[in-house]
Amino acid sequence: MENKRLELSNDQLKWETIFKRLLIAMSIILVLIMIGVLVTLIVQSMPSIKSMGIGFLWGKVWDPVSNIYGAYPFLIGTLLTSFTALIISVPFSYAIAIYLGEYNPKGWLSDLLKNAIELIAAVPSIIYGFWGMFVLVPIIRSFELKIGVSPFGVGVFTSSLVLAVMIIPYAASLGISLIRMVPSPLKEGAYALGATRFEVIRAVILPFTRTGLFAGVLLSLGRALGETMAVTMLIGNSSLIANSFKEAFFGPGNTMASVIASEFNEADHTLYVSALIELGLVLFAVTVIVNLIGKRIITKFTNN
Amino acid sequence: MDARIGFRNTKSILFKSVIIFFAFVITIPLIIVLLYIIKQGITQVNWHFLTGVPKPPGEKGGGIANALLGSFIMVMMASIVAIPVGMLAGIYLSENPRTKLAYYAGLCVDILQGVPSIVVGIVIYVWAVKPFGGFSAIAGSIALALMMLPIIIRSTEQTLKLLPDSLKEAALSLGVPYHRVILKVIVPCGFAGILSGITLSIARIIGETAPLLFTALGNRFLSTNITGQMESLPHVIYNYATSPYDDWHDLAWGASFILLLFVLTLNIITKLLTRKWKIQL
Amino acid sequence: MENTIVKAENYNSYFGDNHVVKDVNISINKNEVIAVMGPSGCGKTTFLRGINRMHELIPGATSKGKILLDGENVYDMNAIYVRYKIGMVFQRPNPFPNLSIYENVVAGYMLNGIKVSKADKDAIVERSLTSAALWKEVKDSLHKKGTFLSGGQQQRLCIARAIAMQPELILFDEPTSALDPISTSSVEALFHELKANYTLIIVTHNMQQAARVSDRTAFFYMGELVEFDDTKQMFTNPKDQRTQNYITGRFS
Repeated sequence: MENKRLELSNDQLKWETIFKRLLIAMSIILVLIMIGVLVTLIVQSMPSIKSMGIGFLWGKVWDPVSNIYGAYPFLIGTLLTSFTALIISVPFSYAIAIYLGEYNPKGWLSDLLKNAIELIAAVPSIIYGFWGMFVLVPIIRSFELKIGVSPFGVGVFTSSLVLAVMIIPYAASLGISLIRMVPSPLKEGAYALGATRFEVIRAVILPFTRTGLFAGVLLSLGRALGETMAVTMLIGNSSLIANSFKEAFFGPGNTMASVIASEFNEADHTLYVSALIELGLVLFAVTVIVNLIGKRIITKFTNN
Repeated sequence: MDARIGFRNTKSILFKSVIIFFAFVITIPLIIVLLYIIKQGITQVNWHFLTGVPKPPGEKGGGIANALLGSFIMVMMASIVAIPVGMLAGIYLSENPRTKLAYYAGLCVDILQGVPSIVVGIVIYVWAVKPFGGFSAIAGSIALALMMLPIIIRSTEQTLKLLPDSLKEAALSLGVPYHRVILKVIVPCGFAGILSGITLSIARIIGETAPLLFTALGNRFLSTNITGQMESLPHVIYNYATSPYDDWHDLAWGASFILLLFVLTLNIITKLLTRKWKIQL
Repeated sequence: MENTIVKAENYNSYFGDNHVVKDVNISINKNEVIAVMGPSGCGKTTFLRGINRMHELIPGATSKGKILLDGENVYDMNAIYVRYKIGMVFQRPNPFPNLSIYENVVAGYMLNGIKVSKADKDAIVERSLTSAALWKEVKDSLHKKGTFLSGGQQQRLCIARAIAMQPELILFDEPTSALDPISTSSVEALFHELKANYTLIIVTHNMQQAARVSDRTAFFYMGELVEFDDTKQMFTNPKDQRTQNYITGRFS
C-alpha cells in the first residue's frame, strides 16, 4: 500500500516538472510570437526600405502603377483623423469620467451610463462603418454643400466623427477608476475650507489625476491609430495629397490602416506589397509606443 | 460676501449641468446606431436568411448561412488554440510574478494587445497564407487566436492573483502535486473569472474583419473546408456593404443585426460571469 | 530510539540570506503533544514548515541539516510523499470553497486521483469527522459547501481533512489564533483525544495554550531552540533565563 503511494508520488513528481516546464514554454512562446511579429514586419518591409530609404516617410506620391511609394499622404491622414477624433472625444470622455467617478459613482443611473459606455466599445467597428456609410455620409454631404465645400460625404471629417465616438470608452473607463482613486481626505480638506463641488474638482481631483487622465488619452489615441474598418469605409480612399487644409479635412483621404486594408489584396508585385507592409511596420511602431507609454504611466500612477 | 458665494455656487451648478450634458449626450449616437441596425436588419431575418447562401446580385432572397457557419468554425478553431495557451501563460504570470520571463512575457502581452488588427492580418498572411499558396480558414483562425490571447492571459492572471494563497497551501500540504493543485483547485475556484475573460475575447473577435481580410477572406458557398477560403459574419457585412447592389445591402443589414445580437449576448454573459466571480470573492 | 517519530539534526532555515532557524536539534516521540512557543519572528513557524517541506515552496527559501521522519531524512525523500505523510492545519481555516464538506474531507484522495469506493469514502468521512468532533454537527449536511460553517467548525473540518490521510504526525500552525474562545476550547479538547492515535506538534503564540495542551514544550527565541522540556517543568522551573523572561511576560 505504502509502496503504491510512494510510486504515485514519484510519478506525480515527474508530472509536476513537466507541468512547470509547460507553463514556462507557453510564456516563451508568447515572447517568440511577439519577436516573430516584429521580425516578419521588418523583413517583409526590406525590399521597400532598400528601394526608397527613409524618404519613404515624407514621399508625397503613392503611385503603385509607376512603382513609386511615399507614406506622407497616409501619415497626414492618420494624424488628421486620430487627432481630430481625439479632440472631439476628450471633453466627452472627461465628462463621463467626472460624472461617474465623482458626482454619481453608484446607483441605477450610473450603472446604466456605465453599461452604455461599455456597449459603445463592444460594437464592432464594421457596424459603425456600415452605419456611417449609409446614414452619416448623406448628412455630411448636405452639411458640406451648406458650408460650400465639395460634397464628398466621405472623408477625414466623417471618419473622425465616427472614430471619436468609438474611442470615448477607452479614456472614459480609465478616467472613472482614476477619479475614484482620489483619496477622500484630500477632497474633504477642500470642502472643509468652503470649496464648492466645482472648485474641488478643479483644484483637487483634476490635478491629482492629471497624469493618469493623460494616459487615458494616450490609450484612446492608440485605439484611434489602429482603427481600420470604420475608417476604411468612411474615408474615401484617396491617396492624393490635398491642396488646402479645408480640402484635406473635408475631402477623401487615407490612413495607413485604410490603405493597407483596401489595397493589400490587389497588390500584385513585391515592391507594392512590401511598401504596404512597411506602412504596417510604421503603424505597428507608432501604436505600440503610444500604448506602452500610456500603460507605463498607469502602472506608475496605480503603484503610488 | 454672500454675492461671491452665490456666484461660486452658481458656477458649480453650471459646471455640473455641463458635465451631465456631455456625459449623457454621448448615448445618443449609440442609441441611433443600435436602433437603425435593428430597424433595418430585423426585417431581413427569417429562416431562409439564416440557412440560405448568397444569391447572385439581382436575385432576391440570399442568406448568410455560409458566414454563420464560417464564423462559428473559425471562432471554434481560434478558441481551441487560444484558450489553453492563454490560460497556461496566465497561470505562469500569476504564479511567478517576479521572474524575468514574467516581466518580458507581460510586456509582450501588453504590446500584443495594442497591435492593430490589420497588422495581425499582414503577419499571418506572411506566415500562413503566402507559404501555402492561398487563403484559408486556418490562417484566419490563427489571426483571431492571436487577438484572443492577450485578453485571456490578462484575465486568467488577474483572476488567479485574487485567490488567497491559503488555498494552494491547503492542497499542497495534503500531498497534492503542483499541477493538480493548479488544475484541480486553483483554476476551478477561479473558473467564473477565467470564463468571463474567455467570453470577452470571443465577443471581441467575432466582430473583427481586418485580420480576416488577408487570411480567410470570404467564400460565396457554404463550406467546411478549413484549408480554403471561408466566409465570416463581419467580412460578409464588409463585402455586401461596399458592393453596389441594393439587395446585398439588405443582406448586410440583416447580418449586422445578427452580429450585434451575438456581441450583445456575449457581453451580457461576460457581465453576469464577472458579477458571479466578484460575489464569490 | 524506537519511539522517536521526528528528529531534527542541526537543522537550519533561510529566507535568502536571512538565517531564520539556527541549528535546531530536537527529538519528538510518538503520541506526544509538543507545543512550540516563542515571540513573533522567532522562527517557530518556519521550523514547523520545514518538517513537511512546505518551507521550500516560498521563492528563495532554503534549508540545511536533517529532519528525520521515522529514521528517514525527509529532505532525501520525495517532497510530495512527505507532505502526504504529514498532516498540516493552518492558522486560518482553509476548507476548499468549491467543495462540499464531504468532498473536503476526502480531498486528499480525490485531488490526487486516487480511486476510492463510495463505501470506503463514506467510512473515511465518518471516521475523520468523528475524530475531529464534528460528525454529529454536520452529518446531515455533508453535501453543503464547507464555507457555511463557523470558524471553529471550519478548523475542525480542516483537521478532519488532514486526519483522513491517516498521517502519523500532524502539524498545527497557530490553529486557534483566528478563532473565538469557545471554538478555541473545542479545538484544544480535540488535541487531547487525537493524542491517542497521532503525534501533534502545535506552534502557538499563546503561552497558556502551550501549558494547557502539551506534554513537552519547545521554546524558540531568535531562531534558536532555547529550551525543550516537560511542559510542567518548563513553566514552573525553566532552565534558561530567556525562557524565564518569556514566561514572566518580559517580552511577548
